[in-house]
Amino acid sequence: MVRVALIGAGKMGLSHLSILGAHPEVEIVGVCDTSKMVTDVLEKYSGFNCFSDYAKMISQVKPDAVFVSVPTKMHFQIIKDLLAAKIHVFSEKPFCLKPEEGAILIEMLAHSGLINQVGYHNKFIGTFQEVKKLMENQSIGEVYHFQAEAYGPVVIRKKQETWRSSPEEGGGCLMDYASHVVDLLNYLISPVTEVHSSTLKSIFSSQVDDAVYAMLKLKNEVSGLLSVNWSDETHRKMSTSITICGTKGKIISDASELKVFFTDSSNCPDSYTKGWNIKYVTELTQPVDFYLRGEEYSAQIDHFIDAVLGRRAQSINTFESAHLTDVALNMIKLKSLN
Amino acid sequence: MERILFGDNQFFAVNHISDEKSRSQSIRFKEDSAIIKTLDQARDAGVNTFMCTTHDRIAKICDIIRQNPEKYADFNMYPCMPYAHKYANAVTELGIAGTLKEYVPGNFIGSMFKGGVAFLSKDYLSIMELLIDSEMKMFKGINTPVIFLQNVLTDFLLGLGMKDILIAYHAYIKKKYKVEAGFITMNMPKLLYVLKEGGIENPIICSSINSAGFRMSGGKALYEKVLKEEQFRPIAMQVLGGGAIPVKEALEYVCSFPQIESILFGASSKANIDQTVGFIKGFDQDRK
Repeated sequence: MVRVALIGAGKMGLSHLSILGAHPEVEIVGVCDTSKMVTDVLEKYSGFNCFSDYAKMISQVKPDAVFVSVPTKMHFQIIKDLLAAKIHVFSEKPFCLKPEEGAILIEMLAHSGLINQVGYHNKFIGTFQEVKKLMENQSIGEVYHFQAEAYGPVVIRKKQETWRSSPEEGGGCLMDYASHVVDLLNYLISPVTEVHSSTLKSIFSSQVDDAVYAMLKLKNEVSGLLSVNWSDETHRKMSTSITICGTKGKIISDASELKVFFTDSSNCPDSYTKGWNIKYVTELTQPVDFYLRGEEYSAQIDHFIDAVLGRRAQSINTFESAHLTDVALNMIKLKSLN
Repeated sequence: MERILFGDNQFFAVNHISDEKSRSQSIRFKEDSAIIKTLDQARDAGVNTFMCTTHDRIAKICDIIRQNPEKYADFNMYPCMPYAHKYANAVTELGIAGTLKEYVPGNFIGSMFKGGVAFLSKDYLSIMELLIDSEMKMFKGINTPVIFLQNVLTDFLLGLGMKDILIAYHAYIKKKYKVEAGFITMNMPKLLYVLKEGGIENPIICSSINSAGFRMSGGKALYEKVLKEEQFRPIAMQVLGGGAIPVKEALEYVCSFPQIESILFGASSKANIDQTVGFIKGFDQDRK
C-alpha cells in the first residue's frame, strides 16, 4: 500500500484523485486545496481527510507520496518542501516556471532514491510509444525535419480570467498546451537546444499567448516547426500530432492514429511493409484496471505507484526530462521577445 | 428498452481511431438535416431509440422532432449527460467556481460563494439537480424513457468513492422525470457492485463489451463472469472494439450473451445501419 496525498484539487488534481481512489494499492491519506467548497464536497462524499495548508497536511498525515497539481508558479516551493521531507513526488506539468528552480530540485534529488515524475501523459499513449520504438530503431533512416503540432478549443472567446490567463502564474498556450508538444519532441527525437525564431500570439486573451509558432533546432542537429494553438475551435478537444521526415520514410502520428511510410522493404520493422502503414491506438494500447478519461492517465499513475513500490526502475517523465522541456519553453519565450 | 439503440458519436466527430475520419464526419453532418436523414434511415431499419449526448446541436434535433409529432410519435431519446467537454473546457478557462456560476441556473451559486456559510449535503445535491434540469430542458415534450449519466462523470464519481451522489442521481431521475436512470461506464463490474451495495436493484448499465476486451477495465474475463452471474440490465457499446473487430464477428460475440438487453451502435450510412441491424436480428433469431 502506498499512502498518497494530493495538493491542489482542480481539474487535473481531481482526475488524479479519482484514478488514485480506484487504485487497489493506494490509500488516500489527505487532500489539500484552498477552495472550501471543493474540500467540503470531498469530505462529505468521499470521506477524505482535507486540509487548506499543505505543510500542516504533510506533518500530520506523513504520506509516502504526494501528487502536486497547483498552478505552475507554486510547484517549486511545494516540491522543495516535499523533497526535504523525503516524500516521492508526482507533479503536474509543466515542471517549474523558471528553469533555475527545476535545476535546484534536481540537485536535491541526487542520491535521495525518491521517485519523481511529471504528468506528460502523451508518453503513455500507444501511438506515440510506437513512434518512440521506430525512432530508437532508426526505422526511417536519417531524420531531417519534423513538424510538431497541437490544436484545441480552450480559449475561443474573450472571457473571465483564471490563473491560466496569468503569465506570472504559468498560464498561456505555451506553458499549458505547447509544453506537451515540446516534451514529446524532446522524447521522440532529441531535446530542443536552439530556437531560430518564435512568435507568441494573443488571439482572445489579453495577457497571455493563445498560439505559439516557432522554428526549433534539436540536439541532434535536426530542425523543424512547432505550431500550437489553443484557440482553435475546429478541434473538438486537444489534438496533438507529430510528423517526422527521414531519408527512408516518414512518420505521422497523433494520439489515435499512426501512419508510417517506408521507402523500401529492406529496412521495415516487423509488421510493417513498404509504402503506407496505418496502426490505430486501439491495437497499440495496453488495458488499464480503472479507466477514467484515457488509458494514458491511468497508466502514468500505475507507472509512478509501481516505481514507488520498487517494482520497476523509473524511466519516463523524470524531473530531469521535464526540466529539459522547461528550458526549451523558456528559450521559446525569450526568442519571441526579441 | 429496445434491442437496438442508435448512438450519436458519428454526428459529433467522435472517432476513437482517426482524427481525419472525425473531421470528415464533422463536415458531413454540418447541417441538422443530415443528422435527421440518418436518424430516419435508422428508423426505417426499425431502430426507434436515439441515445445522445446533451450537446448543443441535439437541442436543434429536438426542435425538429417536436415540430413533427406524428412522424416521431414512437420515437424515443435517451439523453446522456453531461456533454463533458463543455464543462472540461470551461473549468480550464473559468475554474471550478466560475464554471458552476456559468452553468447553474439562477442565483444559487452566487449566494453559495458569498461569505463563509457552511453548506449541507442537500445543497450540493441541489446543485446536481439544477444541472440535471438545465441539461434536460432541451428534451421537453419528447419521450425520454431512460436518462443516462455519461461515463466520464460516472467513473469520476466511482473513483472518488462518491456512491451517494450516484444513488442520488438515480433517485432524482425517478422522482422528477418518472423514468429510469442509466449509467454509462468504462468500469462496469466495479460500478455494478457499488450500485448494488447502494441498494439499486437491477440497474441499467451501458459499457464497452467486445471480443477484443477494448475498454473493459478489470478484464474481459471478469466482464463475462459478471454478465453470466449478476442481475442487471446491460447495454453493450463499443462492440466493434474501436474498429478493431469485423462487424459480423463483433455482433456474434455480443449476441451470444442472452443477458445483454440492448446493443448501442452508431453509423453514418444507410448500408452500415442495415447491415448492423441485419446481423443482430439474424444472431438473435439463431439463438431462439
